[in-house]
Amino acid sequence: MVTVLKSSDLLAAVENPENMQVQDKPLTIAGRVFGSRLIIGTGKYKDYQQNADALTASGAEIVTVAMRRVNLSSPDEPMLVDFIDPKKVVFLPNTAGCFTGEDAVRTLRLAREAGGWSLVKLEVLSDPKHLYPDMTETMRAAEMLIKDGFDVMVYCSDDPVFARKLEDLGCVAIMPLGAPIGSGLGIQNKVNIRLIVEQTSVPVIVDAGVGTASEAAEAMELGCDAIITNTAIAEATDPIRMARAMKHAVIAGREAYLAGRMARKLYADPSSPLGGLI
Amino acid sequence: MNITLNGEHKEIASEVNVTELLNDLSLTPAKVAVERNLQIVPRSVYSKIIIQDGDRIEIVRFIGGG
Repeated sequence: MVTVLKSSDLLAAVENPENMQVQDKPLTIAGRVFGSRLIIGTGKYKDYQQNADALTASGAEIVTVAMRRVNLSSPDEPMLVDFIDPKKVVFLPNTAGCFTGEDAVRTLRLAREAGGWSLVKLEVLSDPKHLYPDMTETMRAAEMLIKDGFDVMVYCSDDPVFARKLEDLGCVAIMPLGAPIGSGLGIQNKVNIRLIVEQTSVPVIVDAGVGTASEAAEAMELGCDAIITNTAIAEATDPIRMARAMKHAVIAGREAYLAGRMARKLYADPSSPLGGLI
Repeated sequence: MNITLNGEHKEIASEVNVTELLNDLSLTPAKVAVERNLQIVPRSVYSKIIIQDGDRIEIVRFIGGG
């Protein structure tokens, strides 16, 4: 039987916490409300047009972007803002390439001037081989940025202790890695991601490591509020189709999380009743 | 007059403000951000800030990133 939800059912869900599973609150980061729980990157695409098409297919409302020097020898080269409109999509400037708190503050001040917003993605990396965040420097940079008035979404290791410290500092989203940046290895430490989700009151967003749709769904089933993915879409054979797959995966994973999965059992349990057999 | 522009030596005319510098470089002010000697130059004062000899100017824009 198909159950059709009426608006009165939704109202009942709000009034009766037992029915809350049919209702979901939208993703809210530092007071900004988003309809989509998928955030996509803008790196590694064949060109900005493909990037823009993938964005449309993904339904994402936030894109991560980087700040770099303009190419003075070719001022006419295509600009990201000509393909993805910062007035329609939230640009989330990152600090990729920064190795100190001072670098991060400098970069994001420039981004704030270029775009006029305070929501930023802090990532202070260490060894290029694994691109793990330097958590000591990340903590220091987060503190400097928050003092400077930024709303800091922070890329971090999947360590619940550091995640707690970053939340206590005032970061507006905790963004643990699922696996090394660009690796596409999927969620390596589900236990830690789950622990971070349970202890955190700001959004938890898996940033890095998702390689395909099922892994995006897995992150959402763990209770994450959103995921960020760049390479999984940009390096798919058909990025537009993968962007669409990610959109559905994030919705499916969120719904499964809210629905609450069945208990795992060691033995079979028939779905058809055994009574009344001929 | 000599300045350092995005890490490279550049010779420019004197009495040039930031708006004129961007025009000379064929850059659209709305699409870039400018830093002068490690200080942000707000877009609202581009026409009032005169580039000085020895200035270190950075001009950046958004590009694709993860």
